[in-house]
Amino acid sequence: MTAEIVVNTQNLHKRVMSPEGELTLLQGVDLSIAAGETVAIVGASGSGKSTLLGLLAGLDEPTEGQVSIAGQDLFALDEDGRARLRGEKVGFVFQAFQLLPNLTALENVMLPLELAGRHDARQVAEEVLQRVALAERASHYPKQLSGGEQQRVAIARAFAPHPQVLFADEPTGNLDRRTGERIIDLLFQLNAEQGTTLVLVTHDPHLAARCQRQLELDEGQLQMELEPS
Amino acid sequence: MNHFPLALRHLHREWRAGELKVLAMALIIAVASVTSVNFFTSRIHQALAGQANELLGGDLVYLSDRAIKAQRVARATELGLQSATTVEFPTMVLAGERNQLVALKAVSAGYPLRGQNRTAPRLFAADAAVTGGPAPGTVWGGSRLLTILGVDVGEKITVGNIDLKVAAVLTSEPDQSEGVLLNIAPRLLMHTDDLPATGLIQPASRVVYRLLLAGDAEAIGQIRQEWQPGLRPGESLLDVQDARPEVRTALKRGEHFLALAALVSVLLAGAAVAMATRRFISRHLDNCAIMRCLGAEQAMISRLYLIQMAVLGLLASVVGIFVGYLAQWGLMLFLAPLAGIELPAPSLWPVALGLITGMVTLLGFAVPPILQLKNVPTLRVLRRDLGGLQANALSAYGIGILAFMVLVLFQAQNLKLAVAIVAGLLLVLLMLALVAGGLLLLLRPLRKKGGAAWRFGVVNISRRSGHSLVQMVGFGVGLMALLLLAVVRGDLLSEWENRLPADAPNRFLINIQPDQLEDVRDFLRAEGVEPPLLYPMVRARLEQINGKAIVPDELKTDRAKRLVAREFNLSWAEAVQSGNAVVSGSWWQPGDYGKAIISVEQSLAKELGLGLGDTLTYNVAGELFTAEISSLRRINWESFKANFFVVAPPGLLDKYPVNYITGFYLPAEQHAVLNRMVQQFPNIMVLDVATILNQVRDIIEQVIMAVEYVFIFTVLAGLMVMYATIHATLDERIREAAVLRTLGARRSQLLSSIMLEYTGLGLLSGLVGAIAAGAIGMVIAKQVFDLAYLPGPALWLSGMLIGAVGVGVAGTLGTRFVLNQPPLKTLRGA
Repeated sequence: MTAEIVVNTQNLHKRVMSPEGELTLLQGVDLSIAAGETVAIVGASGSGKSTLLGLLAGLDEPTEGQVSIAGQDLFALDEDGRARLRGEKVGFVFQAFQLLPNLTALENVMLPLELAGRHDARQVAEEVLQRVALAERASHYPKQLSGGEQQRVAIARAFAPHPQVLFADEPTGNLDRRTGERIIDLLFQLNAEQGTTLVLVTHDPHLAARCQRQLELDEGQLQMELEPS
Repeated sequence: MNHFPLALRHLHREWRAGELKVLAMALIIAVASVTSVNFFTSRIHQALAGQANELLGGDLVYLSDRAIKAQRVARATELGLQSATTVEFPTMVLAGERNQLVALKAVSAGYPLRGQNRTAPRLFAADAAVTGGPAPGTVWGGSRLLTILGVDVGEKITVGNIDLKVAAVLTSEPDQSEGVLLNIAPRLLMHTDDLPATGLIQPASRVVYRLLLAGDAEAIGQIRQEWQPGLRPGESLLDVQDARPEVRTALKRGEHFLALAALVSVLLAGAAVAMATRRFISRHLDNCAIMRCLGAEQAMISRLYLIQMAVLGLLASVVGIFVGYLAQWGLMLFLAPLAGIELPAPSLWPVALGLITGMVTLLGFAVPPILQLKNVPTLRVLRRDLGGLQANALSAYGIGILAFMVLVLFQAQNLKLAVAIVAGLLLVLLMLALVAGGLLLLLRPLRKKGGAAWRFGVVNISRRSGHSLVQMVGFGVGLMALLLLAVVRGDLLSEWENRLPADAPNRFLINIQPDQLEDVRDFLRAEGVEPPLLYPMVRARLEQINGKAIVPDELKTDRAKRLVAREFNLSWAEAVQSGNAVVSGSWWQPGDYGKAIISVEQSLAKELGLGLGDTLTYNVAGELFTAEISSLRRINWESFKANFFVVAPPGLLDKYPVNYITGFYLPAEQHAVLNRMVQQFPNIMVLDVATILNQVRDIIEQVIMAVEYVFIFTVLAGLMVMYATIHATLDERIREAAVLRTLGARRSQLLSSIMLEYTGLGLLSGLVGAIAAGAIGMVIAKQVFDLAYLPGPALWLSGMLIGAVGVGVAGTLGTRFVLNQPPLKTLRGA
């Protein structure tokens, strides 16, 4: 594959101090993900999946090693530089949805566009909400929406600015199976339409199986790459 | 990028969600209380100044020993001021066979400019306030004068060359107190138009001319500025500051109390805002992390919040100022008629002060912690447990304390008070935290005792000791304010009132001759009145200091000039008079009697630059004597007793003409004694100071009323702090209650645990607040009011009681709805 590499890590280490001494969360992770790829990061609880995701998205800093997004070395940037990069190129979908409780569904979708200073924020947000079939619930607050609806708003928010990479952290973890599947359908559908690179953290083998590649983490180390079944 | 529209949209959304309402409410109440206090104090202040001016009959009085020049009156009129003139001199009046020396005062139309005369239609009838003075052709005389002369209303009195009809009995003049103790002759009031015809004013007459001015403060100031530099000896300008010292002290005390009330409101405002901010921050940690995640830079987040806060602060301040203005009007409705005073329109200063207060309070107490939100770890979006901010409380609230200092200075405009308040505040916060921490430690062993509700309650207080500490400090501050106002204020006010003892002398007897001393004592004893101490008095004029003739122009202050211009009343005594204390040098021993030494009152000594060892030369009836200052005394002038600036040992002044003076308390029902006394001792002058005392007491009572009203707002601000404190931990309580209910806790169990927790917190906070209030009270009493005040167990007990009941009820009511929420909804929402 000669496609452009969008996410790349080299020798990524993360160690933290705990009362029992130093704890290694990630140990020498090397990976590269090409544009438009869908990749699942799988592993048992505590294997370091979320730590890896946090580092890939520049939400946390590694003890050692490098991460680059769209060719930009994340940790050569300061915290604000990384925030800017996220705003321009990265989208997120979280297990706990992370909608702002005081904002309506529409306003939540508008938020990243507004932060980027876009004047067409409302129009774009309305279109995307329509796309996730929530147009008529635009003025509802998160707590007035079901879990599945909240996650659809979160997906709309993630896709609205057309990110290059979308990170999803257990996106169905808080949802029942049927709703979860619909969410996943939506996620992959939008991903295909926009040609986004999707990096998905999950412990659900069904979900992982829908990705082109699966990377397994075990005790902070990347195991052999599993081919899609 | 221009973040203003985005910030406004955010503000609108936050507002809609109710997030900012507690913060805004705290701010509005803060600004409203500060502005209403200031609107009101500005009006009260102006009214009090006006009332105190009644003692002068005007706002400014120009005094001269020559007739008032027409151009002075013209200048005053040009500046839009009202004016009136009075001419005052002692003279004899006749009625049939009888004659009497009177203090004649001729007044122009318009007199008095401030205050009112009171007259009765005939002798011993009920009196009423009247506008203006006597009409031309008529006089008003005091009942004592009319009795002595044996005339009643309608009859005539001969004044110089003309006869004038008595039109009314004069019972009170607004400006009578000025020098009343020296005006031994009874008053007769007439119109200035009749004066030339009397032919009484001769070139050598000792006449005092007054030009009374009233009106716009600016114009008064202008006149003062223009006239002050050109005053010759024999001329002076008097305003309320120069009026009697006891009135001045009453005014100053009143202002101190009002400033104190306003300052406590400001402090509470800050505390309420700080508390509301805590909740705002804890609710916005996630929001900030998400925004960071979505690409917001730190500077952008700071700017967004800063703009939101600035706009919110401005809006809340404007609303607060408006509410403050309305509240102040509401007050007028019930207080003004009660007080019988007309309050002038407030100045614009409170508007500016309200705006400053709102913005400074918000910027000081809310913005620094809010700006720390930008430091929230972004990873929080993935790991909620990453918690909040490593908030640097010192730097966050240090700015708040600094902001408060600025406000204190703005508000108090009195450095001494400001320093006392700020130092007190820091001490109090430290003490509150220490005491609260100590009490929490003491609580620990109690966790294992009692039933489930008790354990939940107690455990909740001691387990979350960080939160409890903050809550206790919050409640403690609120309760401290309440107690400071409810209990300490009462104690301080009564101490203050006690300064004017109920048995302060209300009658003075003057001009008692040495050979009458025994007869007067016997007379009083026979009438059932305990004879008071009689003080000898020798009139003398100060001529030299340290052998050098006094040149009035070389004296620095007006007061010094006035002091040397008039005659001194010298006295002698064996022992230091009660209410006097020797502050330097020593009082004489029997062996010193007859020596040429004197004791001088310390403020007089300071005014004239005198010290121990200096000599004063007096002229008594044309004869000079010189004495050395051997001691300085401090006099409590507020005792209203007969006091003397200069006292000599027995044996020094005996050879000069002397008469005796005394002051004593005579209950109103024994008033007839005085009539009999005047008949038996015609030469003795009886002065009724009850009216003066009543004037002073009236002013004090009005001040107290104003202070009490002002404190209502301070109490409201205190309640706001407590409300904000309860709200600050509401989210956590909602979650906790949901978890406990899921685990099977009954509603009644949770309710009793909440009640117990808040009652316990209130009890502890009440104790903390009471200790703090007592300490503040002590400091303020000592530093500002010069009173000794010792808080007692009653204060602590009431603190604990008010705390337990108040916080218990408010806390329970405020959190009760937590129990009515379906647990699942709460848990999902979290």
